[in-house]
Amino acid sequence: MALVTFSIRYGLLPLSGRINISGRMRNALRYVPPVVLTAIIVPAVLYPNGQTFLHVSFNNAYLVGAIATVVIGKLSKNLLITIVCGMACFGLWQWILKMM
Amino acid sequence: MIGAVPFGIIFGTLSGGAGLSAAGTIGMSLFVFAGSAQFIAVGLLGSGTMWPIIVLTTFIVNFRHLLYTATLLEYLKRLPRLWQVVLTFGLTDETFAVAAGRWLQDNGSPYKHWYQLGSMIFMYTNWNLCTLVGLVAGRMLQEIGGWGLDFAMVAAFIGMVIPYLKDKPTYAAVFAAGISALIFHGMPHKLGLIMAAVIGMTAGVSAERLWERH
Repeated sequence: MALVTFSIRYGLLPLSGRINISGRMRNALRYVPPVVLTAIIVPAVLYPNGQTFLHVSFNNAYLVGAIATVVIGKLSKNLLITIVCGMACFGLWQWILKMM
Repeated sequence: MIGAVPFGIIFGTLSGGAGLSAAGTIGMSLFVFAGSAQFIAVGLLGSGTMWPIIVLTTFIVNFRHLLYTATLLEYLKRLPRLWQVVLTFGLTDETFAVAAGRWLQDNGSPYKHWYQLGSMIFMYTNWNLCTLVGLVAGRMLQEIGGWGLDFAMVAAFIGMVIPYLKDKPTYAAVFAAGISALIFHGMPHKLGLIMAAVIGMTAGVSAERLWERH
């Protein structure tokens, strides 16, 4: 990881100016962080704990917690608040499920 | 800079839950020094992904840093080799934002590389200290009972995606990536993640063109 990260950051210098990144490529790269994160979140939420079937129901605390977290995130626009309140919602829902 | 504080702490907290050792966690912050890639790597480690896939994902996630070097190339190429190595090692998103602003200022100051070095050292120290704080906090939380700590990663990632959701193409990209991630979930070695990332990017770019035309 260290090697790959450093070679990307440094790699261009020796090749100075011989590579030209098109505006298109530059534009496409903007999408990388949100896209990769989403691709990790969605399966983690819908296939919780390594289950093999799609788990879409209110019994899935991960799903309920994730939806709550999205709403909180949209409203609060603050990372720390989002995480703490999101976890609280998840924990609360898990507790409710256990009670039922 | 302040923005990196919660990230560093959360990174340290989560890595313990993903089964990364304390030395591994600190080592990652010391040697990789790339926030988003580190988060994703920890997430993948937690789900038992093999290292070549983690390295490949790191490559994709950090590829944007190539653009930073490209932007600063004009200035960096005039510096001695050692300066180049040190400055590019620390060229994170935040350092780039600060340094690019300084380099592009139209004055003849010969000390701009010192400015970049300063901001980089500041970020680096900050990032590693916060990792350490998070690591300790994570250990303590686990002793309390590990409540909901497995959901912390999901919550953290959602919180990190939301600031990106500002325009329609990004929504399209994220939506496409989520759907493809489900479709390709069964692929071995988390290759589905790579597929989903590529599809999501393509969707974003296509959506952008589609909306521009109208």
